[in-house]
Amino acid sequence: MSYLVGSGLTRFGRHPGRGTLDLMSDAADLALADAGLARGDIDGLLCGYATTQPHLMLATVFAEHYGLHPSYAHAMQLGGATGFGLVMLAHALVGSGLARRVLVVGGENRLTGQSRDSSVQVLAQVGHPVYEVPLGATIPAYYGLLASRYLHDFGSTEADLAELAVLMRKHAVQHEGAQFRSPISVADVLASRSIASPLKLLDCCAIADGGCAVIVSAEPVGAHALRVAAATQHHNAQHVSALASLTDCGAGTCTARALAAAGRSLADVEAAAIYDSFTITLTMLLEEIGLAPRGRAGVLAREGHFSASGAMPLNLHGGLMSYGHCGVAGAMAHLAEMHLQMTGRAGARQASRAGVALLHGDGGVMSSHVSLVLESA
Amino acid sequence: MNDAATQDPAMDWTRDWTRDWTQGGDQLLYQHCLACRHVWYFKRGFCPACGQAEPAAAVCIGAGSVQACTQVERAPNDEFRALLPYVIVLVDLDEGFRAMGHGAPGLVIGDRVRCEIRTIAGKPLPYFELAAR
Repeated sequence: MSYLVGSGLTRFGRHPGRGTLDLMSDAADLALADAGLARGDIDGLLCGYATTQPHLMLATVFAEHYGLHPSYAHAMQLGGATGFGLVMLAHALVGSGLARRVLVVGGENRLTGQSRDSSVQVLAQVGHPVYEVPLGATIPAYYGLLASRYLHDFGSTEADLAELAVLMRKHAVQHEGAQFRSPISVADVLASRSIASPLKLLDCCAIADGGCAVIVSAEPVGAHALRVAAATQHHNAQHVSALASLTDCGAGTCTARALAAAGRSLADVEAAAIYDSFTITLTMLLEEIGLAPRGRAGVLAREGHFSASGAMPLNLHGGLMSYGHCGVAGAMAHLAEMHLQMTGRAGARQASRAGVALLHGDGGVMSSHVSLVLESA
Repeated sequence: MNDAATQDPAMDWTRDWTRDWTQGGDQLLYQHCLACRHVWYFKRGFCPACGQAEPAAAVCIGAGSVQACTQVERAPNDEFRALLPYVIVLVDLDEGFRAMGHGAPGLVIGDRVRCEIRTIAGKPLPYFELAAR
């Protein structure tokens, strides 16, 4: 049993002059304040990685910098699944008694801390170093391959994919911390320049600077506690060339196990936070998980199903595509938003119901999956 | 022989890996397990399905079908920027494994293709051309 008792999310976008440790510190300050805790209350520290600060020991580097003396510290690397993977580990540490209050923190100056080419090249290394990267393949190309197969098999169109980008932007308009806040239309997405067909610029998340932190505790301390009901992982082949299936990445199996472990079913879920590095990522995950029938995610998005007032509120902060993506903290932003939603503090974005939430992240190219079920405490 | 191969006694010597495109050669090699018959692409000194050592290697004939296809318009570096746009495909080879390669413009999923090793951006890479639609 564990509780998520605080969260902190910085504005995403440009933070010139602010490094990884600065952004992690900003987020940690916000999360501690939200939980009503101080540095000395923290006995576990979990963090991810930063492409702009590729240190062997980021967790202890941060502990020293921030002034923590944890009895457990650990940096994890699961790509886009890292944030939820950290929360799963925090839940396990608290459950085992190894730690009582774990700070989970991510942050990176991915936008202003390096050139765009450097970022594209670093991220492309999730591809196979011998059999894929030398071909000039990029992350959008790997996802473009998946998108081509998806559109071929399920009869969806590029306009259907675009609906998810439009939805994320619509949500981001309501959040002053989001990187992109000007509304866009399906026509705008379709007219944006091609990156790796069928994906266009507005089908892709952009790179941001930012930070996010949460605190996982053995007790429901403070005024904003949620229960972490279950957490599961599923791992496929790392490389897209080696995936057993191009259209079933195991996300549904992963979420089904999480829901079963929580004693819940998909019908109990009132709000969702799903990884959305590209429109195809979000579309495939929603449909594999069963939050949309095959080929219908775009239609449901257009009909308002995933809006704050809809049947399944989704990524109400704007997701990676519009709130922004700064690496580990990018996916953690989904969690921070869900924390606000589930504790009734999301203001103009507030969903009418968010008592049971399903969160799912993926890392690599649909390679690594982590699902979380959260419940109101 | 490359250093990695000479240091690994489990590596298969029945093929000359220096002719594989990944080592600058003009062939596309794959491996298969004599014990469990598993077939795979990424070179290893053992079968990833059953663990059997000393897998066999074979030269791929190069016939297959397109499973996924993307035209890249944003390159990772200057070498590939000069080639834009280029096509990346995933192809199921008839021998029973999947490979990524460059593809001819206009390829679509389901196309039958044949592979040749071409010099692209200064390196030999698998290139798939249309064989039949």
